[in-house]
Amino acid sequence: MKIVACIKQVPDSEAKVKAENGQVSWGESPLVINPFDEYAVEGALQLKEANGGTVSAVCIGPESAREALKHALAMGADEAILVSDAALGALDTLGAARVLAAAINKVGGADLVTFGRQTLDDGSGLTAAQTARLLGWPMLGLVGHLKVEGGKVQASRVIEEGRQIVNAKLPAVLSIVQSIGEPRYPSFMGIRKASKANIPVWSLSDLGLAAPAAFVSRAELITPPSHEVVCEIIQGDSPEQIAETLADKILSEKVL
Amino acid sequence: MKTLVYIDHFKGEVQPASWEALGVAKSMGSASAVIFGSGLDALVKTAFEFGAEEVLLADEAGLLDYRVEAFASTLSALAAARKPDLILFPTTARTRELAAMSAVDLNTGVLVDLTGLSLNGDNLVATRPIYEGKLNERVVCSGKPVVATLRARAFPRPAQDPAKGGAVIKVEAKTESPTTVEGYEVAEAVVSVSDAGVIVSGGRGVSNNPSLTPPAGMDEKGAEIWRAQQGFKLIGELAGVLGGAVGASRAAVDGGYIPYAHQVGQTGKVVAPDLYIACGISGAIQHIVGIRSAKLVVAINKDAEAPIFKVARYGVVGDLFTFVPALSAAFKKKLGK
Repeated sequence: MKIVACIKQVPDSEAKVKAENGQVSWGESPLVINPFDEYAVEGALQLKEANGGTVSAVCIGPESAREALKHALAMGADEAILVSDAALGALDTLGAARVLAAAINKVGGADLVTFGRQTLDDGSGLTAAQTARLLGWPMLGLVGHLKVEGGKVQASRVIEEGRQIVNAKLPAVLSIVQSIGEPRYPSFMGIRKASKANIPVWSLSDLGLAAPAAFVSRAELITPPSHEVVCEIIQGDSPEQIAETLADKILSEKVL
Repeated sequence: MKTLVYIDHFKGEVQPASWEALGVAKSMGSASAVIFGSGLDALVKTAFEFGAEEVLLADEAGLLDYRVEAFASTLSALAAARKPDLILFPTTARTRELAAMSAVDLNTGVLVDLTGLSLNGDNLVATRPIYEGKLNERVVCSGKPVVATLRARAFPRPAQDPAKGGAVIKVEAKTESPTTVEGYEVAEAVVSVSDAGVIVSGGRGVSNNPSLTPPAGMDEKGAEIWRAQQGFKLIGELAGVLGGAVGASRAAVDGGYIPYAHQVGQTGKVVAPDLYIACGISGAIQHIVGIRSAKLVVAINKDAEAPIFKVARYGVVGDLFTFVPALSAAFKKKLGK
């Protein structure tokens, strides 16, 4: 079975992200594999373990994004491909989906393509469904459990109201969430393998694409108002007395 | 501005942010509600009450179960025929993919999870949080129609007028989909932390009550989960008194104390309640980013140094097992319950 895991590189969650001269800046904070995409890799590796096959990790990004691919390799992916091109600066999600669909075709297609739920930076959560639509494959979103049997996938989707169990024929596109299980840590052997891996770089012309025009673009970056608050610790002689005071404070804020 | 507003529902149970989207559409021009499914007379009526000028209804047994491909095809064909300026959705798990796919069909862009949307002349001014709310961006879409989803509770809910009605227009359904629905495991109570005005959340500390004796014969993990469930009962009672929902930190979900649907934070749900009470939650950055939009945060924790106190307006340093019931009792008395 051929599985492609689509990943992205983003600033770490701990990063102090701010606007600087109209650009996003994260200072010296490291760039990491998008935490949601670790589930995409984990899900792909579980599928491989259960069904055999290979896992290819694909990432669109600058040269630095190699590090995110190395993380996927160290977790156990068999190969990694970086799609990088100076003309890919201002992709929107539809543009990214077009590039990923072309890359999936160029790796020779897939039985399953896995995504994370969304990215930490833009947070759109649209690219998986758009890639599926462009490929004409079924989309199974927010999958917490899955099994593959006889050319079919059965997935349990985590929805607002509980879980929806759906079936589809392969090939299919999945977005995978936390219920799949904790992403494995890269092993020592995996890290060694990843450090030596040859990661090919594909340009738009390798994919036979012109730079996709972006429909969605950023007009302005805005720094939100500060959330810093001074915490008033409520004290008293007994839990009942503290509760009494706290309830009055909360009621006086008129939030109920 | 001519807007189609997609009303998101699960077997007739509406995601209330749909009405917020309807209100935004009305404030900018004409608003047609779009409803897919079957046997949804009550929902159609409510859509008129919340201000829809007309309801575009695909009433078809093949749309009884949500399957994104069929819903997207139906919506794309409808939009191609009606040529709206804007298609609005409430942001939910379903609508992210539905908006995404319809935008592929219509060859346009999606402005997703907006917290601001207004009209300046003929131009839409849209803002959305990025980098987990650390920044906001103003975004524009050059495609037509503009497709946009609105974050729950970021916009006012319009007034409901039971006297209102209007025309229901039949929409042709496209039921073809490569997926089949096997069934559902529906949660006992619908957890809608995204849409709750009050959330009481529990974290790892909820299992930390040594004075409770678990039933005999339980192993250590079983006892931990049992303890946590007793703790979540107290949290549930407080949420009940306040008419709110029960939330949880990732640690509580990973510990097996409570289902994933309750999880607030980076890998769970981003919430925007008026009141958020964090019980036994230390306040990892991944949790904090999920509650940035809460109007008032209250923290209850044994550890005075817990980072949750840095984002809380009021704090109580103490044992949640004695304090949470005391708070429930105080509110019961003050709210006359």
